[in-house]
Amino acid sequence: MSQSLEAYLMLSVLLFSIGAFGFLSRRNAIAMLMSIELMLNAVNLAIVAFGAFIPPLRGDASVIALMVMAVAAAEATVGLAIVIAIYRNRRTPLVDEYDRMRQ
Amino acid sequence: MTLPPTIPILEWRWEDLLFLAFAAIMLGSALLVVLGRDIIRSGLWMIFSFAALAGIYVLLGAALVGAAQVLVYIGAISVLVLFAIMLTQTKVGPARLVFHPQAALAGVAVIVLAVLLVVAVSGTDWPQATTPGGATRTDELARLLFDRYVLPFEVVSVLLLAAVVGGVFLAKREDEPQSIVQQRPVSEPEAGP
Repeated sequence: MSQSLEAYLMLSVLLFSIGAFGFLSRRNAIAMLMSIELMLNAVNLAIVAFGAFIPPLRGDASVIALMVMAVAAAEATVGLAIVIAIYRNRRTPLVDEYDRMRQ
Repeated sequence: MTLPPTIPILEWRWEDLLFLAFAAIMLGSALLVVLGRDIIRSGLWMIFSFAALAGIYVLLGAALVGAAQVLVYIGAISVLVLFAIMLTQTKVGPARLVFHPQAALAGVAVIVLAVLLVVAVSGTDWPQATTPGGATRTDELARLLFDRYVLPFEVVSVLLLAAVVGGVFLAKREDEPQSIVQQRPVSEPEAGP
């Protein structure tokens, strides 16, 4: 079971789906950012699984996974800073109340 | 004490048991992150999910990626998220409605997406290595990172620097009276220090 690439890819698919559902359905902006982190983790899991089961990709997959992690850290920093900056103006973290441009 | 090669009663290999345990912890806590009403608890369950994923990385032989997962996700991003949650808690407590009205539609769309991906994964004939063992050696990884991938490495470091500067700029408290801040357009940068 732990010896097949498909098991890890299925796990990655499930984690990505959970993250996508959270991103589409949560109202809190920080919960949406957490769901994005879950989706990035799912992609990283798929990359590392490919690297482990396809020998020519072994080192490259780890390098790519580390770079994805760095980009995810940058994304989390800027995303949370934006949420905090909006919160300072609108006093709410709920995304469906950010409707000033519609009024 | 040495362990027997397989689990006595179930005849599974130990790796299978570890894989199942990590997968269950990861998916269960990810579901709790997404479905939980209290956002602080969502943040704490997210740490569980990241930790189980670090275990899966080690199981796959990518120990350095697992260590980076612990350092970056559990150590840095989780703390960042928890601080952001604490900074944006409203006084009235958690909102009555956690989900958008579109949540049911999103659920249907996500289930369709998951089914499509599962069909695609199971329908493809993947090349199978005999064993996933053979851990990725750290010196081999370092050689790749600083030789073949040195340009992406430097680009990522510049990106991180830009993100940190941008994050500090965006989250910086402006030293102006609140009334003036609210009358201005939001996106206009501050003129003076």
